[in-house]
Amino acid sequence: MAYKFDFSTILPYWDMLLHGIVLTTELTVIGAVFGVALGTLGAWARSAKTPVISPIVGIYVELIRNTPFLVQLFFIFFGLPALGVRMGEFEAAVLAMVVNLGAYSTEIIRAGIQSIPRGQIEAAASLAMNRVQIFRYVVILPALKKIWPALSSQIVIVMLGSSVCSQIAAEELTFAANYIQSRNFRAFEVYFVVAGLYLVMSIVLRWLLKKIGNRMFERRRHV
Amino acid sequence: MSLVELHAIYKSFGDVEVLKGIDLTIDEGQVIALIGRSGSGKSTLLRTINGLETIDDGTIMVAGKKIGDKDTDLRDLRLNVGMVFQQFNLFPHYTALENVMLSPQVVKKQSKAEAKVIAEEMLAKVGLADKMLHYPDQLSGGQQQRVAIARALAMKPRVLLCDEVTSALDPELVNEVLAVVRKLAEEGMTLVMVTHEMRFAREVCDKLVFMHQGRIHETGKPEDVFASPKTAELAQFVGGLG
Repeated sequence: MAYKFDFSTILPYWDMLLHGIVLTTELTVIGAVFGVALGTLGAWARSAKTPVISPIVGIYVELIRNTPFLVQLFFIFFGLPALGVRMGEFEAAVLAMVVNLGAYSTEIIRAGIQSIPRGQIEAAASLAMNRVQIFRYVVILPALKKIWPALSSQIVIVMLGSSVCSQIAAEELTFAANYIQSRNFRAFEVYFVVAGLYLVMSIVLRWLLKKIGNRMFERRRHV
Repeated sequence: MSLVELHAIYKSFGDVEVLKGIDLTIDEGQVIALIGRSGSGKSTLLRTINGLETIDDGTIMVAGKKIGDKDTDLRDLRLNVGMVFQQFNLFPHYTALENVMLSPQVVKKQSKAEAKVIAEEMLAKVGLADKMLHYPDQLSGGQQQRVAIARALAMKPRVLLCDEVTSALDPELVNEVLAVVRKLAEEGMTLVMVTHEMRFAREVCDKLVFMHQGRIHETGKPEDVFASPKTAELAQFVGGLG
């Protein structure tokens, strides 16, 4: 007998899905804000070529970029308690996302910083600005502008990657999906709907990032 | 006391020694042109005066104060020594006005209103009162360079260094920039310029410094340097200009 599709079987679980969407959104927003902040600091440290910090940041970046996200998550959640560092599922999930995005965005933002012509930095220096002022007023905004599309993609990737956090029982969207299909045995319907939800969330996130970019980089006045 | 004193400056890039013991003094109000072939060390010398190039040996005194290589020393130096570059180097994400206002605000901690008054004054001085809200990519090369001059002047430096400020410009835009530099010279601004505009150097400068192979080969008043060069190298250089 052919499989009979019945999407109504998901309806009783709508509150779980909603809860999952909220948690995934929270993970993504916190992860993105702190991840990009960490990446900005990392990119600065790497391009400033300070003797001790730059190599440490380099090791961090390579360590994260060359190991699976799931393993990083397990290490934080299951491994760190051996050192007495214990945290809840949500905290572990957020930390893993921040650390992961921090490494990737370090490399992305560094590329942006390197694209700033040397002359701009020399001009700022000749105006008696110090290194922090040069970075803050002259370098970072044009650098972010150059790499904003790449950074936006990475943030979307991290949002989708948050589904892995279901594996430590963080109750995000994929966790909700796993739970529901284990109850109603409607794997097709559940994952079909959840995939759709991720798709919509990605599209909304991309749109939002584009708006943020426009706002950050817009010219205040056209003449 | 001279405003800027360079003594026994040595500088190498790798194995190539580009400055081989330079002594130079710049007095308040003097207008000096550094001339010479490319590779003679003029631009490097100019860049050492505001610390964009570190020196291997020698001393630099500005306004009686010896400049070390600490970051704070360099910033003190740069408060006295402004610079204008061949490639303008305006900040692309700021308007002309914001370019000029930025450093007075963040370095000298001037209020926005104070900085704006000075910036407007400086932009008017370079003839760009009507372009203040334009972004760099909406300006011609000559206009960009004049904004760059206004930006340096807003910091009220005691010396302005000009590194081939017309070399990246289309020929028809050279004069508007030179007119601004000439006006500054007439107002008594201390200027040190690296230039290939020999006629301009001759008309505007008090002193020409001819550099050759990393050394100051000959200096003198423009009329003497051009009319009766003392060394064969300078004669050849001046002659080569046709």
